Amino acid sequence: MGRWLAHRLAQAAITFAVVVVLLFVLMRLAPGEPLSRLQDGRQMSPEEIAWLRAVYQLDQPIGTQFVAFLRGVGRGDLGSSIAYGVPVTTLIRSRLPATLLLGGSVILLNFTVGLWLGVRQAVRRGGVEDRWLGALSLAGYATPSFWLGLVLAWAVGVELRWLPTGGMSSPLLPADAGPVTRMLDVAAHLVLPALTLSIVTIAGTMRYQRSAMLEVLRLPYIVTARAKGVPEEAVTWRHAWRNALFPVVTLFGLWLPVLVTGSVFVEAVFAWPGLGSLAAGAVGGRDYPLLMGTSLLAAGLVIAANVLTDIAYSVLDPRVRYS
Amino acid sequence: MSPSGALLRAAWGDPRGRAGALVLAAIAAVAVVGPALLPDPALQFDPVNGANLPPGPAHWLGTDALGRDLLSRVVSGARVSLAVAVIAVALSVSVGAAVGLVSGYLGGAADAALMRLVDGALAIPRLFLLLLVLAAAERLALPVLILLIGTTGWFATARLVRGEVLRLREETYVRAAEALGAARRRVIFRHLLPNTLGPLLVAATLGVGDVILLEAGLSFLGLGVQPPTPSWGGMILDAKPVLVQAPWAGIFPGLAIVATVLAANLFGDALRDAVDPRSA
Amino acid sequence: MSRVLEVENLRVSFPSAGGERFLAVDGVSFTLDRGETLALVGESGCGKSVTSLALLRLVPSPGRIESGSAIRLGETDVLALQGEALRRIRGRRVGMIFQDPMTSLNPVFTVGDQIAEGVRAHFPVSRREARERSLRLLQEVGIPDPAARLDAYPHQLSGGMRQRVMIAIALSAEPEILVADEPTTALDVTVQAQILEVLDRLRASRGMAVLLITHDLGIVAGRADRVAVMYAGQIVEEAPTASLFARPSHPYTQGLFASVPRITGPVRRLTPISGSVPAPTAWPSGCRFRPRCPQAFARSEVMPPLLPVGPGHRMRCWLAEEPTAP
Repeated sequence: MGRWLAHRLAQAAITFAVVVVLLFVLMRLAPGEPLSRLQDGRQMSPEEIAWLRAVYQLDQPIGTQFVAFLRGVGRGDLGSSIAYGVPVTTLIRSRLPATLLLGGSVILLNFTVGLWLGVRQAVRRGGVEDRWLGALSLAGYATPSFWLGLVLAWAVGVELRWLPTGGMSSPLLPADAGPVTRMLDVAAHLVLPALTLSIVTIAGTMRYQRSAMLEVLRLPYIVTARAKGVPEEAVTWRHAWRNALFPVVTLFGLWLPVLVTGSVFVEAVFAWPGLGSLAAGAVGGRDYPLLMGTSLLAAGLVIAANVLTDIAYSVLDPRVRYS
Repeated sequence: MSPSGALLRAAWGDPRGRAGALVLAAIAAVAVVGPALLPDPALQFDPVNGANLPPGPAHWLGTDALGRDLLSRVVSGARVSLAVAVIAVALSVSVGAAVGLVSGYLGGAADAALMRLVDGALAIPRLFLLLLVLAAAERLALPVLILLIGTTGWFATARLVRGEVLRLREETYVRAAEALGAARRRVIFRHLLPNTLGPLLVAATLGVGDVILLEAGLSFLGLGVQPPTPSWGGMILDAKPVLVQAPWAGIFPGLAIVATVLAANLFGDALRDAVDPRSA
Repeated sequence: MSRVLEVENLRVSFPSAGGERFLAVDGVSFTLDRGETLALVGESGCGKSVTSLALLRLVPSPGRIESGSAIRLGETDVLALQGEALRRIRGRRVGMIFQDPMTSLNPVFTVGDQIAEGVRAHFPVSRREARERSLRLLQEVGIPDPAARLDAYPHQLSGGMRQRVMIAIALSAEPEILVADEPTTALDVTVQAQILEVLDRLRASRGMAVLLITHDLGIVAGRADRVAVMYAGQIVEEAPTASLFARPSHPYTQGLFASVPRITGPVRRLTPISGSVPAPTAWPSGCRFRPRCPQAFARSEVMPPLLPVGPGHRMRCWLAEEPTAP
């Protein structure tokens, strides 16, 4: 187990190193002058540009830039945002809580409601409920998150006026509002973005869980369990689902990039002050350090999720644990 | 019959596959001939009298904020979205298949290096890769956009094809061909490639749906297809500020996306079940 | 002798690819008395496993037991049971063991858990009591060092040990009938004998009835009291074991014997039955063995009923009525 874990971590480290090199190459080999967009707004003298280039080390040879970049990453310093003028890590830290709240809610919904629905579908395979759930989840999977977000914002927020459609808290909240009021306010703002992102991602969870369950339900040990008089509920959850959970755990690693991508659009639509909207905004301003930082974070999350997935797998499955 | 022919036939026999194929064919037909039959939206600029008209006899789907007929725009958008998706997917599947074949067949250091690259690239969500390269592009021409989407989408295909090749290499007939001294190129093209076509076809079909969503998303962020070229994502972006007065301007292009992606995925699912019946 | 199981005109259907249903089991009837062993013999695909699953209504969906069938466990009409009542007879009245002990055990639970689960499904006992009973069951099926094996996972045991665990699970609710579906097929030859010996011993000590389902005539001799031979979804011959071995009457049974090597007796050529078992979707009209039968004659075009050929010995062949009957 120890050796296996060390090997797996080394693998993850190599992947992360490849990511760092890839991102750097993409960023620096791309044409276009990062500072040109800064000029759009105001006139800059050649001296000012030269000074800025020196600040962002754009005047150095590419090798030197890479070494400096690596040193920075090693220290946890991702440079300063061109558009905001503050360190990228500071920006990320301030935006992280909102993204974690949104992403965490979506993960929670996916891995409770999604798994449950997938199991139900498998148990009622071929029935009316299975077909309907399958069709609905496929439709959800084919729906652009930003469009669904806009439609929900328009229907639920504007026409029905049930829920707020932008931001993370109400600006009209009195300054002396208590913590409960504030929490409820954030929760109300969370509903539509979380719902949007869940609807477009839950299909994957459901389908994966359904097919994993079907795979298990046809195995002989399910017949054994029924033959010894185990109640059907226990056959489904204790015997089948317990085994159908392994592939779903793997899904988590595969599925995180989808969530990260979706959050870019959903945060943009609902003005959710998270990392996704930060990344989307960084493109227009050619804020390379910021883009770089958010991409690095996204990739790091994906790699970490995959490692965690493998560890969880080995903990859950006694065959892996003991061999 | 060739293996892929049999696959297509099996997918056609599946009601989902047939529905998906028919809807896709209908959308493609509309995309090809539609724009010729409908008024050119670029010529109908009428923000004063014709803006934000609700659906009616004159404009079946209504008009947008600039007074352009939405039906014409949705139909023109189909042409753009489908063209981007099909060409980009063809590009990424070809590159992925080539890399996967070579990597899997050569093995050794080349394989290891390529696969580490693929691991790294797959860890970065595709959207972020695109955001990075799109930030650099000055003025985004459509072919450049297609090229960028295509070249950021081959990693998973490469890994898939490599896996298939490693599996197939152990098969008796490939070993026999090698033992008989068949040239490496001949082994690749005659024995390995045809047998990876099934999974490739599935990846391509499902890839079309993904790319349509991706392109729509980029266009919605203002980074994809640039106006005045109509695209579904761009139309939703245009409709965003006037969604309260003219919700139809945002709803119809979205429905077009859902219908197209759903059809592609249905067909892709049917294909996948035909390739691997156990996944049904 | 008290009758513990009575199966009458059992018919089980499955849908074909085209949608219409075909019968995988077509009119099977047999009985089982307390303490008796009945062997159900046939090639794979003849319907013997489906028959055994039907006894506890375990035929996998979309398979279906057709109306007109009857399965009685003593006084209990199995086909009338629903839900909880059905669950209560599974394991309690009939215990089952299956062909492959690796895939028939749940890989994520310990052996002890899986036996205790069977105990607790039918008796209101504490976890501890269930565990103690599991331990005794492991002892009974002859597992060495049972206390240590209780916490083992299936993959840590050998094939023979796993099959012993399966037997312990089948015994966990003290059933009066044990159904063993090809219990030794997946095992090494040396282990096969051990498992059969365990089954024999348990039948004697517990007075259980055993339904032994096998394709292997070799394990039937000296073990089963009666044999029923199945072909294409039907019983084609049934007889006391001694009578069947002395005088196999149905041409199919004769073919089975002719294709099995014998250690005793004169050296002879093995003759396989020509052709192959037809798929349930393509059963011929009349006698189903007709296309492969060396003795088929005009009457074979009509489906024969089970006809007597001796005391307790019947076969589904018109030859039983011919003056030149074998």
